[in-house]
Amino acid sequence: KQDASPPPRVPCKPMPTKNNLLDSRQTKEKRSFCMVEKGTSLLKKMEISVAEAEKRTGKNAVNMQETYTVYLIETRPVDAASEGTNPVPDSLWRRYSEFELLRNYLLVTYPFLVVPPLPEKRAEFVWHKLSADNMDPDFVERRRVGLENFLLRVASHPDLSSDKIFYSFLTEENGWKETVFETGFQAKADSRLKALNATFRVKNPDKRFAEMKHYGDELQSVISQLLRVRARAADRLYGVYKVHGNYGRVFSEWSAIEKEMGDGLQSAGHHMDAYAASVDDILEEEEHYADQLKEYLFYADALRAVCRKHELTQYELEMAAQDLTSKKQQREELATGTIRTFSLKGVTSKLFGQETPEQREAKLKMLETQIEEGEELVKERNAECEEFVKSAWVDIERFKEQKDHDLREALISYAIMQISMCKKGIQVWNNAKECFSKM
Amino acid sequence: MSGSVVDNTVSSGNSSAAIPTDVSGQILDLDEDDDLEVFSKDTTLTDGSSFNASMQTSPASMINQYKFEEDADTKDIFVTVDNPESHVTAIETYITYRVMTKTTRSEFDSSEFEVRRRYQDFLWLKGRLEEAHPTLIVHPLPEKFVVKGMVERFNEDFIETRRRALHRFLNKIAEHPIFSSSEDFKIFLTAASGELTSHKKQGPGFLSRMGDTVKAVAAAVRGVRNRPQEFTEMQEYVEAFSQKIISLDKVTQRIVREQKEYLEELKECGPTYALWSQSEEELAEPLKNVAGCVDRCCKETEEQVKNLSDHLIPVLHEYVLCADTLKAVLRRRDNIQADFEAKTEALATKKANRDTESKVLSLAWASLVGRSPEEVKQQKLKGEIKEMRDDLDKAEDRLEWANNALKSDWTRWQKVMRTDLRSAFVDTAERNVSYYEKCLAVWESFLHSQRTDAEGNGKVDFS
Repeated sequence: KQDASPPPRVPCKPMPTKNNLLDSRQTKEKRSFCMVEKGTSLLKKMEISVAEAEKRTGKNAVNMQETYTVYLIETRPVDAASEGTNPVPDSLWRRYSEFELLRNYLLVTYPFLVVPPLPEKRAEFVWHKLSADNMDPDFVERRRVGLENFLLRVASHPDLSSDKIFYSFLTEENGWKETVFETGFQAKADSRLKALNATFRVKNPDKRFAEMKHYGDELQSVISQLLRVRARAADRLYGVYKVHGNYGRVFSEWSAIEKEMGDGLQSAGHHMDAYAASVDDILEEEEHYADQLKEYLFYADALRAVCRKHELTQYELEMAAQDLTSKKQQREELATGTIRTFSLKGVTSKLFGQETPEQREAKLKMLETQIEEGEELVKERNAECEEFVKSAWVDIERFKEQKDHDLREALISYAIMQISMCKKGIQVWNNAKECFSKM
Repeated sequence: MSGSVVDNTVSSGNSSAAIPTDVSGQILDLDEDDDLEVFSKDTTLTDGSSFNASMQTSPASMINQYKFEEDADTKDIFVTVDNPESHVTAIETYITYRVMTKTTRSEFDSSEFEVRRRYQDFLWLKGRLEEAHPTLIVHPLPEKFVVKGMVERFNEDFIETRRRALHRFLNKIAEHPIFSSSEDFKIFLTAASGELTSHKKQGPGFLSRMGDTVKAVAAAVRGVRNRPQEFTEMQEYVEAFSQKIISLDKVTQRIVREQKEYLEELKECGPTYALWSQSEEELAEPLKNVAGCVDRCCKETEEQVKNLSDHLIPVLHEYVLCADTLKAVLRRRDNIQADFEAKTEALATKKANRDTESKVLSLAWASLVGRSPEEVKQQKLKGEIKEMRDDLDKAEDRLEWANNALKSDWTRWQKVMRTDLRSAFVDTAERNVSYYEKCLAVWESFLHSQRTDAEGNGKVDFS
């Protein structure tokens, strides 16, 4: 299953698309930002990418016309690429709702795993210039990257990567939905009420999971706050840069009435225009950083889901154990004739007299059966619980390492972005300074 | 006054030739003044941030502030304004500034002076200079206190900004070939407070000033008929320049506003990263580091905003006021011309009247009286005409002087404006570069710390 020490991670290489050039941080073409473990068997076999997005119109479930976006999933055998030939990849189109279906399936089927999150359904934490419209091309593009990232995360997970439904999601366009429903996974889903109930009433959850859940809460809260603050700051920064564009206009107009100052002013004005324009690229890159943070915002949710599932299994174990104890107690009472605890039976027997030995015998027998069954159940649930705790903790540890690594990388790339922004600023203002000194 | 001063006097018909045209290579010859220290280029004058006398704004340090592009003569007078102090009397509270002068000019009794002056005194000086030279361009003073955006009159920043502007004002006067030899200027720099007060009272009376104003209004109402093309061009330029400089002032103020709002948001980022670091183990250190970097960038941004407000905006604002001054100067010149035209017309009319009247009544009266009353009238007319002719000559002289003064001061002003605005923008660009360089260093140090960490653990490949 899991290696003792994780193999070195390599940035995943997107498949050659018409816009794609080098694999580097500087490429404008957005690429996935996850570090992919090449060790899984699936990724050894195939390369996966979400290459394109397209708008479609069609009739929906209630027979109304709607416009939606579909995404092209391309897969290609690994060997072909490395041999130098470039065969046409296999591909199929999927829409967002199908990704959601896949993920829900994975959540139910592998409740002990921290299942990678999907990119957000609707644009949130936007600053004003960024559109909140789902049809906006920039949003669609960022979502394309997010979906690719999701697929690569799943494909690089030691357990999830071998799931058959996942594989057919990537390879079988038609009939996949039916296949998913046929697994009956929906029936296995825990009701929210059941889960909530367990959270409140569980008595002895594993401390580590309780701490993890708390951590998940904190992570979600602090990343939300960071995204909000960042969006507002981005808005303001946009304003600062754009107002400098006015310098360009006024300098240009002013240069028209000056003789010796004219040239210097005019060229300085151009640099001011360039400065104002540069903010668009800067903020686009920052959105990329925001997307990395968002992924972990949503991951926090997945983490908490695992913890909640633990609470549920623990609770069910506790319930079964409690039930067993009470049944054993009843047996004891019946056997010894003493009523230690208040029970309706005790009251009625007091009122209406003891039951006959035959009745008692029958009851005892029934209790014995129930107790046997109860013990089986407790054993079962105990095993489930232990198994869950074991597997879940392994995956949580894996997740922790992944998170630490990815977020550190994100912070580093943020610093690199800031540096690039500063360098651009230095260049523009040095140029402007030169023009000004020629005024 | 030093030797080859720019010749702006009336008698020279071609005064602009006296100003050297190529002065780009002129620098101060240090051998002539060995008591002047040479400081490295610093921001002594523009960077006084404290309220007290320890600022290095001595006259000696100003030597680096000025490019002597127009005057071939060496600078022989240095003026500084500093050390604001508050004075409380029964009636009012006001601020005085210390004005220090260092000079080698012979008309000054000594080589160093120190006096205290208040804003009103500066206003007086400006008024006197404008009165004496209506078509020369006097650099504007910072405005009187205006209730705008909750600026208190005794707010430190306001006082400091005003001090800098007053300093610039006096230096512009000192650099001006005509103004710097004004008696009023000398008294302003040297007289004790009591002396100054009594000198102020000696000015032309209120009534005579009123009389001049009335005449000016009358001339203005009449309007100028034949304005020379070059002055019309000047006016068009001033209109356009005024609009542009007002726009620049507005744009810069807008930038400051936007940057302040950006700063407000940015200030919340650092603490959020710090908060996050508290939930993390491995990530705690890089997160804390990032928080620190963001906070440091905040500080730099704050300073950057202050720089714009303290340095660029006041200069732009002064040139907005300059544009108004130019308009007033052009108007005054127009009035002088209108006055001259009016007098020319009046004289012509009078002469015409004399010619027509001379034929009438001569025969009728000649026989009755010994001396013909017509002669008397003629005599009277002659006298009037002579008076008007003298008046007209004076008006013509005044006009010619005004035109020449304006033309040469205009050229001078344009050079000064160019220098001032160029250095203000170059300065702004330099500060921006410095700001980005500092932020760059902050983030590079973060990268460096992460690099040494990572390479130590063999984790990440940075290539």
